[in-house]
This record gives sequence, structure tokens and C-alpha cells, in this order.
Amino acid sequence: MSAALPKQPLVLGIESSCDETGVGIVRGTTLLTNTVSSSMDEHVRFGGVIPEIASRAHLDAFVPTLQESLHEAGVTLDDIDAIAVTSGPGLAGALMVGVCAAKALAVATGKPLYAINHLVAHVGVGLLDGKSSDAGQLPASLGALLVSGGHTEILRIRNITGDVELLGSTIDDAAGEAYDKVARILGLGYPGGPAIDKLARLGNPKSIRFPRGLTQPKYMGTAEAKGPHRYDWSFSGLKTAVARCVEQFEARGDQVPVADIAASFQEAVVDVVTSKAVLACKEHGISDVLLGGGVAANSRLRELTAQRCASAGIKLHVPPLNLCTDNGAMVAALGAQLVMAGVGPSGVSFAPDSSMPVTTVSVPA
Amino acid sequence: MLILAIDTSAVASAALISDVAMEGVIDSFATEDTRSHAEVLAPGIEKLLAGAGVTGADIDAIVTGVGPGPFTGLRSGIATARTLAFVWNKPLYGLMSLDAIALEVAESTAAAPEFLVATDARRKEVYWARYAATEGQLPELLDGPHVGFAADLPDLPVFGAGAGLYPDVLRADEDFADAQPNAAALGQFAMARLTAGKPLLDSTPLYLRESDAQVPGPRKRAL
Ligand SMILES: [Zn+2]
Repeated sequence: MSAALPKQPLVLGIESSCDETGVGIVRGTTLLTNTVSSSMDEHVRFGGVIPEIASRAHLDAFVPTLQESLHEAGVTLDDIDAIAVTSGPGLAGALMVGVCAAKALAVATGKPLYAINHLVAHVGVGLLDGKSSDAGQLPASLGALLVSGGHTEILRIRNITGDVELLGSTIDDAAGEAYDKVARILGLGYPGGPAIDKLARLGNPKSIRFPRGLTQPKYMGTAEAKGPHRYDWSFSGLKTAVARCVEQFEARGDQVPVADIAASFQEAVVDVVTSKAVLACKEHGISDVLLGGGVAANSRLRELTAQRCASAGIKLHVPPLNLCTDNGAMVAALGAQLVMAGVGPSGVSFAPDSSMPVTTVSVPA
Repeated sequence: MLILAIDTSAVASAALISDVAMEGVIDSFATEDTRSHAEVLAPGIEKLLAGAGVTGADIDAIVTGVGPGPFTGLRSGIATARTLAFVWNKPLYGLMSLDAIALEVAESTAAAPEFLVATDARRKEVYWARYAATEGQLPELLDGPHVGFAADLPDLPVFGAGAGLYPDVLRADEDFADAQPNAAALGQFAMARLTAGKPLLDSTPLYLRESDAQVPGPRKRAL
């Protein structure tokens, strides 16, 4: 059987877990196209992703995005060896559109379909040629720090096609969500990440000491006797602290030092994200870390992650930004790894799972 | 002419409709429940095609119910239909999903000259439309589709699962108290219109409700 496996499989990947409709095509570890249609503009006036609006947009964007990606890659559906689709985690209604479309694609073409874990796909994108220093194969002790509007996780990857472990995650808001909420408090618009990052450069990150969630000893414990949230994050308290801080300035009739608050907030997020991630890596013997998710675009996060990884002797890999945000190429990249590893397809009977665990890299048939 | 019809406005269903087959329906399936569309639709269609010995190349047109219906379920059928039509390069048509029940009413002995069709819109509301039935003809849509409270519907006999939910306030027909739109009836309706040279809709979903998103108001300032 394994002799029949294509060495450089042509895989089409579909992503619809949040507000990006993505279709990407890879050949083995070579990226052919990464086509993304975003509904972000439609969410601006709400200050955050509205699931129903995202789902409606996915429905209308899917076929045009598929068509464009095939055109850009210069391939036909006949040429494709396998189809991969994000099956979770993500917004239930949004996932449903991509999954149904992918299944229809599989039924119509007769091609095998892989139902893929979105978080692991963020790591899989690091395997594309030229996208990280050791393209084509991942380091033996790899960690992944994923930070976006939808997730904040630290993963350990022993084998990308079958052995992935969640070391820590946010217990409430995602880091990107906290950025959006704080940007709204500060009147900076949506999406909050770029706006706060830009303004923070004008402010003093040490002017206000905002709380770092879940860092008290009772949550952290020690390396030998780990606390319940040693590698976990919480950002809801931070958001509340920012709101209270703004109110205090207003109550006193003082001008709100927006840049200082933005800088101090950003510092609080980035400090706790990187310190816990690096701690998790050190305590698990992880030598390499891949940074993924849309917040990887944040200049301060990249800077501090690089700094702290370097001083801990950990090698940092950051894929190009357009591959860090949600996209179909990462789904295709992981799909290709599964095909090359001889993992069987998922069939067309699986259900999307909005809380799919990272231990499920792809859904078994 | 061979049509693949899909409707997921309530239950998940698909049918192969031919203008030369007995009664027009080659084969069809429909689920009982309204919450498993993503799992059952694609395998169901796969089985339907295999059972009839039909491939995409044999199909002349794809028809999808465009609702109204609960959004997530509704989209699963439309996403499926749009993708199949794209891959097979076949024409895609939409049909208002309540038409499926209206056709079954018109073909039954229960038909009144004017009647309503209603399905469950959740949140204590129904999706509904008003039809006229004329012997030997397709039911004619007079008004709708709308979404609203059962108590606010016109005083006419009401057919469909939406009526079955509110027998106290609606003149619900008992035989149709569980009836849901299904692809077999929808496909027959589409076939009749297409062969008569009458137009159909495109595949734009009839949501009837806005997304629940609320534009946040300005933040309250302290003092
Ligand atoms: Zn993501």
C-alpha cells in the first residue's frame, strides 16, 4: 500500500474556522497558492468577529476562493491527490460551511478527505519549503506558541501527524480577543492588535502595572509540584483592569494617557505570554519553538519571544505573516504530511468539532 | 432530464429526480432530526448516486432549497449544492423550501383553495408562506416567505411542522403536523417548473432574519 503513496502529494486545504475563508494548495512541502477571502471588514462596526456574519460570508466566498486558488496554482481538481479541511477547533457555524463544502468536493471528485485540527495546522505551515530554517522536517523536540484572536496555546509536537500535546492555553479570552476589547475601551477601532501595537510605540510600557493573570504561586506551583495553571493564561482580568484604569482617569477629569495604557497593556500580555511559553518549553526539554497565529504579527510579541527564547537557548521559528494568520495553505501543508505519513483519510461522515482537542491531529475514518 | 435536489432547511434530505422515472423520484433520503446535516448529507448523496448508478456527468441540474430555515443547517445544503455544481459544471437553481410542503399539500386530498405552510423558526416563531391551490396545477405562492409568531398568521388552514407545534393558535392539519420540506418534493416541483419553462430562484439563502449582531453603543464614561 505505502508504495502507492505519492511522494509529493498535491493537496488542497480548506479553512473556515473563523473569519477567513482560505483555500491553499501545496505539493508535498512546496506552497503553490494561498488564497484567502476575509470578512474582517464586515466585523469592524461590531468590534469583534460575529459568528453568523462570518458564516454567511464563508458560504458566499467559498466557490470563488476555490476557483481562484486552482487558477493561481495552475492545477485542476483532477490533479489533486487529497483534500484537507479544518474540522475544529473554531466557530461551529463557520466550520460547518467549510466542512460541508469540502465533503461535497470529495464526493464530486472521489478524492480522499482529511478532517484536520486547526491548531496543528498552524504548526504544519512551518514545514513548507523556505518558510522556516529546517523546512521539510520538524525538530525532534518542537513547541508551538499560537496566539490569535481565537486562541492562545502552547503545544508540544513529538510527531506532527500523530503525537501533539497541549501544554497550556487561555482559560477565558484569547490574547487577540483581549486586544480587540481593550482597543474598543481605548476607542482605537477593530482589529485591536495592529492599532494597539502602533500606539504602544509612543507610550511608556512601565507607566502602569497591569496584572499578569494566573501567575500567583497557587496557580503556578513549582517545577516539581506544578500548580493547576502553570502554563495557562487568563486575560479577562487584564481587560477589566484596563477599563477600571481608564475610568479612574476620566473620574478625575484627567486626560486618558491612551498611548501609555496601550503600551502597558501590551507589555502585560506579551510578558505573561512569553514567560509562560518559555517556562513550558524549558520544563519539557523543548529546543525549538514555532510562533503562529495572527498576533505573531505583533512587533513586541516577536521581539520579546525572540529575546526570551534566545536567553533560554531555544531556537525560534516564525513563518511569514500571511501564513501565520488563518489560511488554507496550513491545512493543505498538514494534509500533505498526513498523506506522506500514510495516515488514512477521514471519509465524509465526520462532524465538525468546535472544541477538537490537539491530540486529534486528523479525524480517523 | 436528471436533477439532484438537496434541502436542509429543516431535516437533511436529497433526491434524484428524473422526468422519465415512475412518479419522477429515482431515490431519496431524509433524516428524522434537524441537527446532523454535516454528518449525513455527503454520505447520503454518495449512496444515492452509487445506488442509482449515476455519476456527476449524468446529472443535468442541481436544485437546492434556499430556506427559510435555521441558518447553520440551511447553509450546509447550499454549500454542498454550490460545490457540486461548481465541480460538475452544472446549472444550479434555488427553490423556496416551503414549496416542497406546498406541493405535497396540493397533491393530497387536504388541499384548500388557499392555505398556509409553516415550519419551525425556533425562538417561538414560524417560517410561513401563503399558497393558492388549483386542481392539476402547481401550488402558487401568494405571499411570503415570512417569519413571525404563530398567533399572527392569517386565518387559513396551516400545513407543516410549524403548525404542529402551535395547534392551539393555528388551524393545523393533523396529517401534516410533522411535515418538513424534503428534497424529493422540492425536486419534483423544480422539475415541473423547468420542463414548463418557468424560472427558478438562484441559490441565495432566504435568511429572513438579520444576524443577531448588535453594534456596541459608545462606552459609558465615568461621570
Ligand atoms: Zn488560527
